[in-house]
Amino acid sequence: MNFNKIYALGLRHIYLIMNSFPRILDLIYWPTVQIFLWGFISKFFTLNSEYYSNTVGVILTAAILYDFLFRASISFNMMFLEEIWSRNFTNLFIAPIRIREIIAALTLTAILRTLIGLVPAVLISIPLFGVSVLKLGIPLIFLLIGLYLFGITLGLLVTSGLLRYGPSFENIAWASLFFLAPLGCIYYPIDILPNFLQLIAKALPLVHIFEEMRSILISNSVSYVNILKSISISIVYFVFGVIVFYYSYFGAKKRGTLINMGE
Amino acid sequence: MFIKIQNLSKIYNKYLAVNKINFQIEKNKTIGLLGPNGCGKTTTIGMILGLVTPSHGEILIDNKNINSFSRDKILNRFNFASPYVELPKKLTVKQNLEIYGRLYGIENLDKTIDEISNDLDIKSFFERKTGELSSGQKNRVSLAKSLINRPEILLLDEPTASLDPDIGDFIRSYIQDYKSKNEVTILLASHNMNEVERLCDSIIMMKKGNIIDKGTCKDLIQKHGRTNLEETFLKIVRSKDEF
Repeated sequence: MNFNKIYALGLRHIYLIMNSFPRILDLIYWPTVQIFLWGFISKFFTLNSEYYSNTVGVILTAAILYDFLFRASISFNMMFLEEIWSRNFTNLFIAPIRIREIIAALTLTAILRTLIGLVPAVLISIPLFGVSVLKLGIPLIFLLIGLYLFGITLGLLVTSGLLRYGPSFENIAWASLFFLAPLGCIYYPIDILPNFLQLIAKALPLVHIFEEMRSILISNSVSYVNILKSISISIVYFVFGVIVFYYSYFGAKKRGTLINMGE
Repeated sequence: MFIKIQNLSKIYNKYLAVNKINFQIEKNKTIGLLGPNGCGKTTTIGMILGLVTPSHGEILIDNKNINSFSRDKILNRFNFASPYVELPKKLTVKQNLEIYGRLYGIENLDKTIDEISNDLDIKSFFERKTGELSSGQKNRVSLAKSLINRPEILLLDEPTASLDPDIGDFIRSYIQDYKSKNEVTILLASHNMNEVERLCDSIIMMKKGNIIDKGTCKDLIQKHGRTNLEETFLKIVRSKDEF
């Protein structure tokens, strides 16, 4: 791994963000709207639901964590799509940068885009709704690692689709997370799902992450075994995502789609 | 021989884009790749750049198969410019050159950018976003990017397409001047016959994925009994014969 090249590719996206105030605004706008929406929903349930009666902010915390996952994935996809939209694809793929360095650069830069969007929203939620994700304590770091890895994995799978099918796969980029959200048990316990869906849901890291989040906030108990399980599952998916990305890259070279991507 | 192409073919599904082509390029020579649209020029360039996997055949650099080099090592020796491939539009010219300079691991990057920018006369719009530039300005920036690593092998795909005669002449003069001062092997795909006559040491003519003729401009013009390269090109591509 050449970190100078990883930094160079990251810098390309940092410049892109810094050169455009509307782009920064766009990054901040959606998470903030989400926080407002779920903040009021959370407040309503806290006042009117037996399940949430003593647990201010469970829904809002879930919304913030889900948005973190969503932003990580979308950030990864967006950076890849930027290369297609700007017709820079050929220049990028003939530069002496290895594929694993491209993946590393997108993975590391996605965190920056994610945090630009989410940090202001998280800070707003403290005075406005009295909810802070920091209440999750040290386990929050591990939950975020699991979520980030899974978000990046989804990004890898979508970008693999872009390599395989071209820009027409773009719509899938936006739909991918909404497809998994019902199985993620973000706002409700896994028991709500029918048995056969529970089996599928348990194979995803999201269920374990959000179950653990609820356990910490509602029962004040932490299971590091569950957290470790969620991170392990995320790592397995991440490795799978990398393999699929490489497979799509070599497939694109065979089909010759790298040379005219974006045209 | 610096670059040797041996029995190189590309088949997309059942479509034969490039058919067992063979040619070689000596070090520091400029070779023109000519042919009508869809004849396989871009696919050939794509295979040399590693963007397209050949179906058959091999590409040798200094008598070593290109696949025996690591991706970053071999691509450090290449670069490419085409008006059909752009740099990120929302970044300034300076930012784009900085990014690509870093990707190519250039030492003394500021000095290198400064020299290339002065030579190509792009300093006056250094801080402007690349997407806001005219075609001529974009082409010069694209050429600057392609020279940032002082490539041993430079591939140019229609570098003066859609430029006015003044800017086109500037680019051609620059390439000529650059080649006289640097060791660089150039493969130039172009539809501009004057440009090819002016810049190339020899020519490869392609049609329907095949090489149908090759030689120096003078030899080809004489061989086909024409007075200039454009007439020769028309005769060759409109003929059913192979030469």
